Amino acid sequence: MNAIRSKVSRRTFLKASAVTGGGLLLSFSLPQLAGATTGPAEATLNAYVRIAADGIVTIAAKNPEVGQGIKTALPMIIAEELDVDWKNVRIEMAAVDAEKYGAQTAGGSTSIPRNWDNLRRVGAAGRQMLVSAAAKTLKVPEGELTTADGNVSHAASNRTLSYGALAATAATLPVPDLKTVALKDPANFKIIGQRTEDIDAPKIVTGQPLYGIDVTMPGMLYAVFEKCAVFGGTVARANLDDVKSMPGVRHAFIIPGTLVPGEVNLGGGLSGGVAIVADTWWRAKIARGKLRVDWNLPPTASQSSVGYAARAAELAKQKPEMSVRVDGDVDAAFKGAAKVVEASYSYPFLAHAPMEPQNATAHFKDGKVEIWVPTQAPGGGRTQAAKALGMSEKDITVYMTRGGGGFGRRLTSEFMTEAAWISREVGTPVKLLWTREDDMRHDAYRPGGFHNFKAGLDANGKLIALRDHFVSYGSDGKFANSANLSNDIFPAEFVPNLDYGASLIPLGTPTGPMRAPRSNGLAMVFQSFLDEIAHAAGRDPLEFHLDLLREHRATSPTPLPFDAARMTTALKTVAEVAGWGKRELPKGTGLGLAYYFSHSGYVAHVAEVTVTPDVPLSVNSVKVNKVWVAADVGQHIVNPSGAENQVQGAVLDGIGQILGQEITIAHGGTVESNFDTYPLLRMRQAPPVEVHFILSQNSPTGLGEPALPPTLPAVANAIFAASGKRLRDVPLNKSMHGSASA
Amino acid sequence: MVYTLNVNGVSRTVDVDDATPLLWVLRDVLDMKGTKFGCGAGLCGACTVHLNGVAVRSCSTPIAGVGTAAITTIEGIGENPVGKKIQDAWLEIDVAQCGYCQAGQIMSATALLTHTPKPTDDDITAHMNGNLCRCATYNRIRTAIKLAAGEAPTKGA
Repeated sequence: MNAIRSKVSRRTFLKASAVTGGGLLLSFSLPQLAGATTGPAEATLNAYVRIAADGIVTIAAKNPEVGQGIKTALPMIIAEELDVDWKNVRIEMAAVDAEKYGAQTAGGSTSIPRNWDNLRRVGAAGRQMLVSAAAKTLKVPEGELTTADGNVSHAASNRTLSYGALAATAATLPVPDLKTVALKDPANFKIIGQRTEDIDAPKIVTGQPLYGIDVTMPGMLYAVFEKCAVFGGTVARANLDDVKSMPGVRHAFIIPGTLVPGEVNLGGGLSGGVAIVADTWWRAKIARGKLRVDWNLPPTASQSSVGYAARAAELAKQKPEMSVRVDGDVDAAFKGAAKVVEASYSYPFLAHAPMEPQNATAHFKDGKVEIWVPTQAPGGGRTQAAKALGMSEKDITVYMTRGGGGFGRRLTSEFMTEAAWISREVGTPVKLLWTREDDMRHDAYRPGGFHNFKAGLDANGKLIALRDHFVSYGSDGKFANSANLSNDIFPAEFVPNLDYGASLIPLGTPTGPMRAPRSNGLAMVFQSFLDEIAHAAGRDPLEFHLDLLREHRATSPTPLPFDAARMTTALKTVAEVAGWGKRELPKGTGLGLAYYFSHSGYVAHVAEVTVTPDVPLSVNSVKVNKVWVAADVGQHIVNPSGAENQVQGAVLDGIGQILGQEITIAHGGTVESNFDTYPLLRMRQAPPVEVHFILSQNSPTGLGEPALPPTLPAVANAIFAASGKRLRDVPLNKSMHGSASA
Repeated sequence: MVYTLNVNGVSRTVDVDDATPLLWVLRDVLDMKGTKFGCGAGLCGACTVHLNGVAVRSCSTPIAGVGTAAITTIEGIGENPVGKKIQDAWLEIDVAQCGYCQAGQIMSATALLTHTPKPTDDDITAHMNGNLCRCATYNRIRTAIKLAAGEAPTKGA
């Protein structure tokens, strides 16, 4: 069963109209989530296809592109059913318009599952209209016509008409019923399933302007914005006159901000700070070096990672503040268990660190503002800007550019608000560009977490009881953003006695979703601890997990959306291709296995790791040799090139996290500031990643995220197999607390 | 101060502060947006250009130190036969995800193949290690370099 069902909704509809010069425009509405009870109103159009008289097909890409490949993949689905030559397809970035297009976001790996079936039907309807137009023109029955590569052919009379020539006639015909329009037999797919180059690749390799940072406007000035290094701090006073005397500086002023003192900015408000506007960005940055600010510090200025860890240790000794899920009776089961295993795990705060630093270009004029921005949530960003600036949303126009990476960071777009505010203040177009240090110190971080596990095994080595006391962040019984544990986390429903509880540490550090939110931390600790249990039971981890996956028991009338059969297949597949249990490995080298279900995808990994003997575990003593991946994201991989790239990138992203990434909080702010202290993965640390897709009989689902979560535990479990050392506190070069223990 | 630069074979005159990094002269004075800002500290390689064929980090290269050196950027690297081969290989392998770092990767890869036409895996690792890719397209960067060097690519590697 899929979490997201794909079916035609009655709110899906299609409208045809003529284009000047003899073309056909198909506008259509796709509900954001077919089957959901809320969605855009009947009258909304959220995408379009235009067929011009010269046969060029232009398809709108409505969702932001930040490297996940959706600007290429969604149009491929339409082009397939429309039956056109991909060479004649052009992609246009749609405007941001909530009334027309509904939500336009890149997040949650949802674009493919939400749009797969609907986009096929739109393409097929367009093809049907062109066939009808040809039947009318050639005066033959539709049944005698075939289509291929943007042409309709009548074999009996050896006549062929191009879509371009038929478009004007097609525009006068009634639109077919999307529910009943004939779809291609997937066996005849020519575009879906073909390795297809990213649509922007030719511009990327020749350095043409594409990204937000590349936007320019006549009369544009450049801005930097200094915010308090302590989250929630506001400006008391600043030496603005000194700054204004610097070369090229046109304006320097205090922005009071819209947050109440001490409020954690989750992107919904404007943090206070000092804006410096100059004739070049470099001069604005140099002038910033002269800036001296006295800040009003919030009560959270004393927070630190050391303090969080100390509080987590205290809370771990107490009963959880809140219960997340209880099945059976874990305490009774522990008493009767043949063996009990206990271990505590932790993972750190992480920064998103997309390569393109945050930026936005805004032009405020006559009470309205236009904003050009690389964002994953243009609509949400506009709402926030409108609120902070006291404007109506309809007076804010947003243009999406390609984004130089996202990973969830650009789901909060406070830089839109900042740029708009600065442009309003100075009255010219302004490009606001953050430094790398601004980005690293003002993120909405992946929250850290602390897990305290206890497991009970019966005499046969079977897992009969599991407890997790999760010490997380939040207050008043509410988890901080992306810091929650829910009742569906595996192995829920696979262990008869289960107890998930949580306690919360108050947090002044902003947190938010990062690639595979929650799963990216939970997979590490749950899959590592399950590996510990397998070893404690004296069992091969693969056999242990295959047995565990047979133990499904629905404990409520609505079972969780987890299909153990699909995961079992993924696990067996990855074990097979990696040679699990079949290869002789040198001493010091081991294989680790892990799997995780997230974003509707079933993904299993095997990692091979070599650990240098006789030295402590560290980033220098651990080498990941290779990772194998088996992924089931449904029946079709729309673009195998993009899909494989996403999986390889997700795995290497995970390796970067486990090796060396950690955001440290001290004095209420972030210690790390650039790539010297926050090391992204480099080529010498990047092993080959071998990807296998399992084409199961399920509707296609997304791939930006689900391949990341199993990476960390697969590597950690391989470290144990190679060295006998269990990594319980990530990353490997952990600086703050804890260390790898035997 | 006024500087006359040789950018992709064209003489360009700019009037900027002496300490201005070449990156910002290219991007904001000459409006050549292909060279990218990533870290501002020579740590990520997104801003890589060539000075007389040598790969340098333009974010950490003050304009006053450039002199008459031939500056080559991503906009001009296709005029160089090795650069063109690298660009073609990047397209053939479909290397990019977000694409933001790839101008710098291509500039570094071109410099590598120029002085080491048949690089080993270790040569590639050593030379490309300074160029970060946050999307982690490293498997494909390696494959594309080998393709440009004349090795048949292994599918999907």
